[in-house]
Amino acid sequence: MSEAKFVSRAVRKKDAQALMTGKPVYTGDLVPAGALTVKLLRSPHARAWIEEIDCTAAMKIPGVVAIYTWQDVPQSRFTTAGQTYPEPSPYDRLILDRQIRCAGDPVAIVAAETPEAARKALDRIKVRYQVQEPLLDFTKAKDNPIVVHPEENFRTLCDVGTDASRNLCSTEQSEVGDVEAELAASEVVLTRTYHTKANSQSMMETFRTFCYLDEYSRLCVVSSTQVPFHVRRILSNALEMKKADIRVIKPRIGGGFGAKQSSVSEVFPAFVTRMTGRPAYLEYTRQESLTNGSPRHEMQLTVRIGADRDGTLRAIDLYVLSNAGAYGDHGPTTIGLAGHKSIPLYGGLRASRFSCDVVYTNTMGAGAYRGYGATQGIFAVESAVNELAAELGIDPSVIREKNMVREGQIMPAYYNELCGSCTLDRCLARAKEMIGWDEKYPRRVLPNGHIRSVGLAMAMQGSGISGVDIASVEIRLNDDGFYTLLVGCTDMGTGCDTILAQMAADCLDCDYTDISVRGVDTDQSPYDTGSYASSTTYVTGMAVVKTCEVLREKILRQGASMLGVSEEEAEFDGKRVWTADGREVSLSEIGYASFEGHNRCLSASESHSSPVSPPPFMVGAAEIDLDPETGEVQVVDYAAAVDCGTVINPALARVQTEGGIVQGIGMALYEDVWYNADGRMVSDSLMQYKIPTRLEAGRIQVEFESSYEPTGPFGAKSIGELVINTPAPAILGAILNATGVAFHTLPVRPEDIAMAKKPSDC
Amino acid sequence: MNITVTLNGTVRTAEVRPDTTLFDFLREQGCYSVKCGCETSNCGLCTVHLDGHPVLSCSVLAVRADGHTIDTLEGLQEEAAAFGACLADEGAEQCGFCSPGLILSVLAMARELQNPTDDEIRHYLAGNLCRCTGYQGQLRAIRRYLTERKEASRA
Repeated sequence: MSEAKFVSRAVRKKDAQALMTGKPVYTGDLVPAGALTVKLLRSPHARAWIEEIDCTAAMKIPGVVAIYTWQDVPQSRFTTAGQTYPEPSPYDRLILDRQIRCAGDPVAIVAAETPEAARKALDRIKVRYQVQEPLLDFTKAKDNPIVVHPEENFRTLCDVGTDASRNLCSTEQSEVGDVEAELAASEVVLTRTYHTKANSQSMMETFRTFCYLDEYSRLCVVSSTQVPFHVRRILSNALEMKKADIRVIKPRIGGGFGAKQSSVSEVFPAFVTRMTGRPAYLEYTRQESLTNGSPRHEMQLTVRIGADRDGTLRAIDLYVLSNAGAYGDHGPTTIGLAGHKSIPLYGGLRASRFSCDVVYTNTMGAGAYRGYGATQGIFAVESAVNELAAELGIDPSVIREKNMVREGQIMPAYYNELCGSCTLDRCLARAKEMIGWDEKYPRRVLPNGHIRSVGLAMAMQGSGISGVDIASVEIRLNDDGFYTLLVGCTDMGTGCDTILAQMAADCLDCDYTDISVRGVDTDQSPYDTGSYASSTTYVTGMAVVKTCEVLREKILRQGASMLGVSEEEAEFDGKRVWTADGREVSLSEIGYASFEGHNRCLSASESHSSPVSPPPFMVGAAEIDLDPETGEVQVVDYAAAVDCGTVINPALARVQTEGGIVQGIGMALYEDVWYNADGRMVSDSLMQYKIPTRLEAGRIQVEFESSYEPTGPFGAKSIGELVINTPAPAILGAILNATGVAFHTLPVRPEDIAMAKKPSDC
Repeated sequence: MNITVTLNGTVRTAEVRPDTTLFDFLREQGCYSVKCGCETSNCGLCTVHLDGHPVLSCSVLAVRADGHTIDTLEGLQEEAAAFGACLADEGAEQCGFCSPGLILSVLAMARELQNPTDDEIRHYLAGNLCRCTGYQGQLRAIRRYLTERKEASRA
């Protein structure tokens, strides 16, 4: 491998031209003519038993082709969580179930010739429900007499402590050292309980899928998904079909953020196509995406921190209660990150404990959202450290300088992994400079009475799932010497098709435009678990590096053979294979020759799975403007110093960081999923579920303090999820520094601040 | 009922229902750049030009466009190319799903506002949501586009 030429350069995305000119490249743009419109009748009740469904009147509407109810669908339970088999998420769903477990649960599938006919049919289906009392409060779910999943065919594939009779989706406890002894020996013990809400990913393209029977009579599924290979298995489970009869294609995706790591929309049109043989298309409305999507898990987190008065942390004890909602997708796994990716931020702890319960309730089933539990855990731990600093009268940046994890340390709470690359110390110093911490901490009052204050937080994530995620790529040399790079990971706007091509170009010493990328079609692409868990750059990137090494050897062998010399006597420089005595054969000639009359078409395919998941790190510092009269908070400046290892594409990494921070600002101040007393979601449109506009985003500064990760491609780690984790604790830290009040529930609304009892009032 | 519109420079007559939205009409006419992101006029993805001014096509009935001129990104390729290039250089398209609506709003803004400040830009585009980028890269791209546009007009 020669010196990097495309890696670390801000090249344009491979798909930029198509996207900038509005080409029809998304799922909804590609629906075949004559496809049936699929719509779902949804339950208005949070918990109910379907006594009777009468579709007679609805079936008489011209254009209605079929209506399916619980009696028509397969009775094998499955999970829609896109995870490696055997999935830790319980098999607790049916396509349509007679028992309703949350408002919006599907009751009937309508397939019609036109959207109008389908809509009319929804209105004409008569359903008689036996309405039951719902279980809505997740803090009362464990051992509640209301059992969310009483069914006998509920099952789990992994031992994650599930007990459906107790509403327990999973449970876990792990301890390093003796936490109680360390807490008892600490000079100060701070105990706080935090509450984070469900959040909707609100990607601009809602869930959508179309299906048809292809020329081989196989079920072809075109879907906006992050996990095509997992969707193939999920559909096979749900429809009781052979996997061999299913093909999944991912076109361009209009954002995912984890939402599309669950198979939210695929099963319904797939069922319709299987039953009718006709193409079928389902597009979720924004309302459906909000009420029955796959949001972040609501969590209640109790932190106990033991410290000495000089700010030395001795122990952290974290208990987390997570609300799976009606279905357990990603429930047992998101919770783990809440502890395992928050506690290890502190390197010198003598003891730590993480324990948790994930419970079922009659609210919307949760799923995967960028950060995947780490976001909630880091919010709690970092907020508690901010409160501890305030209580001890220590600058919150100083308490972190004293205790943060350092390169070379073993991280006992992070599966005993070595912290092999980490510039968290430099990130902290840099973020403080960028925000002007030393001048601005803790607060100042402006002439108009507003308070300007600063707060900060540290964060980490992983890079793929160690020992689980697998990425494969295939690279082929073509005639004339260009390459085709086949990937199984899913570019959802993140730009992974581009950054993988940048890596391949440098590994093969060729121009970036000589790499054609193609993903993802489960019939044609090499296997990849999918784009989630911050895996693409680190795991799939390494598969690219390995594949290129093998392909280079093959090219050299072919070239040497054409020159009539041994491989040892020849060299490959990306453009030609040559010998010391001045003979050469060009890559183009090798490409043509490999297509003619022998058994050596030049291609390579390697897989990669990493035994470790090196954490990227960052520090985020927020400066806020707080109006004490109204309680309104505006983030005026946000400084992010990020260690994602080598930055493969600085433009894309920067935009990812900025986007994650604004999502985090939304989580801190605006985004709230809430229900009425009957369990119906109130925040079911972008009017009520407020995501930040550009007026709320403020100024965001991003800088990279790169370490070099020895196990990653070109020294890279991940960035996608990490960047959502600091805003909530940093902004609440700034509010604490402004008002002296520590808030514990997200989002913090202006009225919470304006009406809060100030410490001076006591 | 029948409507006649000038769509991307071509006169078209089509049968629509009284409750057909301009959004549905445009998709039926093959203008796939026009996207829908909500049902509540919040997101700006479906922005098109009606007689040169930006409107949310989800909130305009197709019959209201009868006799008028409609332009979508399909018909504004040449005018949009320079800003599209700025967005691509910043990597600020990300998933790209909100880009056509944003591009149409930015083109309208560039025609409407002279030398807008960052705050004026933010207010003009407040109705164009984006979930990927955090808006910063878009602002950098807009600033560069406006500067280049000004320099080009001077030249």
